[in-house]
Amino acid sequence: MTARWSWFNISSVVVGFAFLYLPIVLLIVYSFNESRLVTVWAGFSTKWYSELFQNQGILDAAWVTVRVAFISASVATVLGTLAAVALVRYTRFRGRTVFTGMVYAPLVMPEVITGLSLLLLFVAINFARGFWTVTLAHITFSLCFVAVVVQSRLVSFDKSLEEAAMDLGCPPFQAFMKVTLPVIFPAVISGWMLAFTLSLDDLVIASFTSGPGATTLPMKIYSQVRLGVTPEINAVCTILIAIVTTGVLIAALLQKRRAFLGNNE
Amino acid sequence: MMRALTNRLVILIPYVWLLFFFLLPFLIVLRISLSDLEYGAPPYTPQFSFSDGWSVIWEKLSALDFENFSFLASDSLYINSYLSSLQIALVSTFLTLLLGFPLAYGMARAPDGVRPILLMLVILPFWTSFLIRVYAWIGILKQEGLLNQLLLWLGVIDAPLEILSTNKAVYIGIVYSYLPFMVLPIYSTLEKLDESLVEAARDLGCTRIGAFWKVTARLAVPGIMAGCLLVFIPAVGEFVIPDLLGGSGTLMIGKTLWTEFFNNSDWTVASAIAIILLIVLVVPIVWFQNAQAKATEAGG
Repeated sequence: MTARWSWFNISSVVVGFAFLYLPIVLLIVYSFNESRLVTVWAGFSTKWYSELFQNQGILDAAWVTVRVAFISASVATVLGTLAAVALVRYTRFRGRTVFTGMVYAPLVMPEVITGLSLLLLFVAINFARGFWTVTLAHITFSLCFVAVVVQSRLVSFDKSLEEAAMDLGCPPFQAFMKVTLPVIFPAVISGWMLAFTLSLDDLVIASFTSGPGATTLPMKIYSQVRLGVTPEINAVCTILIAIVTTGVLIAALLQKRRAFLGNNE
Repeated sequence: MMRALTNRLVILIPYVWLLFFFLLPFLIVLRISLSDLEYGAPPYTPQFSFSDGWSVIWEKLSALDFENFSFLASDSLYINSYLSSLQIALVSTFLTLLLGFPLAYGMARAPDGVRPILLMLVILPFWTSFLIRVYAWIGILKQEGLLNQLLLWLGVIDAPLEILSTNKAVYIGIVYSYLPFMVLPIYSTLEKLDESLVEAARDLGCTRIGAFWKVTARLAVPGIMAGCLLVFIPAVGEFVIPDLLGGSGTLMIGKTLWTEFFNNSDWTVASAIAIILLIVLVVPIVWFQNAQAKATEAGG
């Protein structure tokens, strides 16, 4: 589309982004509020942040969440990449329709259903609920997101490169590792990041599959939010937003640099 | 030989994982939705064991019935929850489209240098926690919240509006949370759109608005459909938004399922609710999958 940016276009973009960003900006601003009343501004203060770092419950939950997110994102990236390869490379195998369905369905499946069904599975096989059940649940739903991200990159990959490597005597696994993986690597990394943040954010599936001693940060935030808005929660949220935003921006810059270097070669 | 083995493993590993952690759990939900409360309530014991033999399994299977489903049908709470979820999801999808289309259109027509930045800005909130974004609205919408303060100060209203704990807040929450899902697919169809088609329509005597409806909007239909499905399907089963922003009068099926499970500890009814929800959503989900598969075959 050629660019003819009318006033109507500009104003709809401005309105749209104002709507998307204003609530987050306000949330961040009020985390620095002196007053406990979240809606009355009483001067700048960082006291809620220092209080936060003395709240053992929140710190414990944060540690659980980071570990779950790290493990589940890493396993989901491996499984999701395999699933993407299976979907793109093997157009014909028995049960492919079922497989495609199982990869795409979790993308839109209401979380309450995924959570309930996984919990009932863990109960049925007598698996004690806790850290590992949450991790397994997160692997399962985020592997589908990884698969979709990697798949879109694999579709445009020139398969003959890998075939050439195999013709030259490279075993298939090595050909994949040495030729294909480096090319799709940016997509694999963004898949990992997506899986990591999905796990970091998830409340519903974690609530269903978690057990004693495995309270995640969203579960902790949720139980406090139900009691009302507090500047302390605003502070937790601000830290989370800062971490995620920094990560996404770094990834975008890296990808841009890579594309830039690639063009110059 | 080696090649065949690798090929098989690439498919088998994710396949078996999804069979075990995605398909099997559904069968268990289906199984429990058909059983009686004393089997389905905690402490719930595994009901199938491989040592049972077929006769025992058959006997247990024949004990299944549709009692939970007739219970759901007899209580208007559940039927109203489904209907109200569908209605809320439908209205919010429409509102999201109303806000999302102009945004996507404006983005697609932006100068080349600006477009990647705008795209980044739409994707960024998607990475930010859902819970946090919903929470952010509580402080804005409540009685003494920022929106009411602003409107009172401007003199638009005399008394604070009641928005939080009503369905209005739920609409705002859904539109806000799902807006990027609507914008991205529409943007990607509009970006690829060949502007010369619009020019051709203009040359042939179409007005600007006429050309927009007949060419641009028509060609954007796949993107619009994908966006609407991506908003509608998860919105029907939404839990966090109606729970935090809605009031006691907000009926949504995700919330009802949650209450049934966590507050009433009735696993059989919760499972039956999940099965019906799935049946309600199966048509849009299959539709979405076909569109997704078609888009993949077309190269991305």
